[in-house]
Amino acid sequence: MVIYGVALLSFCMLAGIFIGEMIGKAIGIDANVGGVGIAMLMLIIFSNSPSKRYQLSSITESGVNFWSAMYIPIVVAMAAKQNVIAALSSGWMAIIAGILAVIVSFLMIPLLAKISRGQSNDY
Amino acid sequence: MITDILVEILTTNSIITAFIFVGLLTAISYKFSAHFTKGYFHGSAIAIILGLIAAYMGGFITHGDNGIADIGVFSGVGILGGAMFRDFAIVATAFGADLKALKNAGFIAAASVVIGVILSFFVGAFVAIAFGYNDAISITTIGAGAATYIVGPVTGTALSAGSEVIALSVAAGLTKSIIVMVGTPIIASRVGLNNPHSALIYGGLMGTTSGVAGGLAATDPKLVPYGAMTATFYTGVGCLLAPSVLYLIIKAIM
Repeated sequence: MVIYGVALLSFCMLAGIFIGEMIGKAIGIDANVGGVGIAMLMLIIFSNSPSKRYQLSSITESGVNFWSAMYIPIVVAMAAKQNVIAALSSGWMAIIAGILAVIVSFLMIPLLAKISRGQSNDY
Repeated sequence: MITDILVEILTTNSIITAFIFVGLLTAISYKFSAHFTKGYFHGSAIAIILGLIAAYMGGFITHGDNGIADIGVFSGVGILGGAMFRDFAIVATAFGADLKALKNAGFIAAASVVIGVILSFFVGAFVAIAFGYNDAISITTIGAGAATYIVGPVTGTALSAGSEVIALSVAAGLTKSIIVMVGTPIIASRVGLNNPHSALIYGGLMGTTSGVAGGLAATDPKLVPYGAMTATFYTGVGCLLAPSVLYLIIKAIM
């Protein structure tokens, strides 16, 4: 049933966010630490289950796949609700800080990828 | 009278209206991509840019904080594009992701989050100093904002920074997330962002969930789960490091 997939997805998300909040509380900060990432890990483990008994039927899977396919439209809606005016009208300092942070971070990608690739080749 | 009825229907069924809004925006974008850029510029990248333009217009008309969602008939866009559905769809993309790619990148993915937070923080702090800020609290808050627009206010509040500095830190984070959304598809091939491994590192370095979500959607949707996974740890790590260790470092320097 489609709802099984949707319910499984919902369960993973809520459980992940709960764990994320708990981690935040445990280390004393008022933020969710990796809640969505933990939810994703749970879903990956469910979907890679080697046991036949827990394998999802394809109709159940379609309940998850629908939301996965809705991802880009949701991102477009997300873009349309950003506070673009505030970002553009706050003066040059905030804009330069934002742009420079992105440029420097981008430059690090090939470097980190190279280092980690080199390591894993040595095994 | 007919417009009144129409507006009322569109407003009371706001999420359904949002589906049509996003559907039309997407259709226009893919047509544009195919006809004018021969598919070189991805349809979803154009859709995101159109979304940002719509957000600008919404903010211009209403003076609100939520882009086009502040206009009554488009309020559903705010729900569809809000954190709840965004996170729900991000989790869904993990379905069928490759567990092996994650395991192989475990250490470097974790390292990239910490490196990403520290890097963005010091870039932001440096810019703040260059613009004449000389108290450690303001510099730390603006640096934290350059991490994400959540880390900025969390840090600023923890250190009791002034409200205008907190506003600036949010603006720095917003700029970052918008630049990541728009810039990723343009620069992806040049930095080797075309496999799960580099996507994990990218998510960790950029950290802005909305920026990473938008940027990867417009680059290669298959990479979304990997980038989004590491990005979701970034804000937490930022909120942990910025008001503590990083603040002490800035205080020692100034």
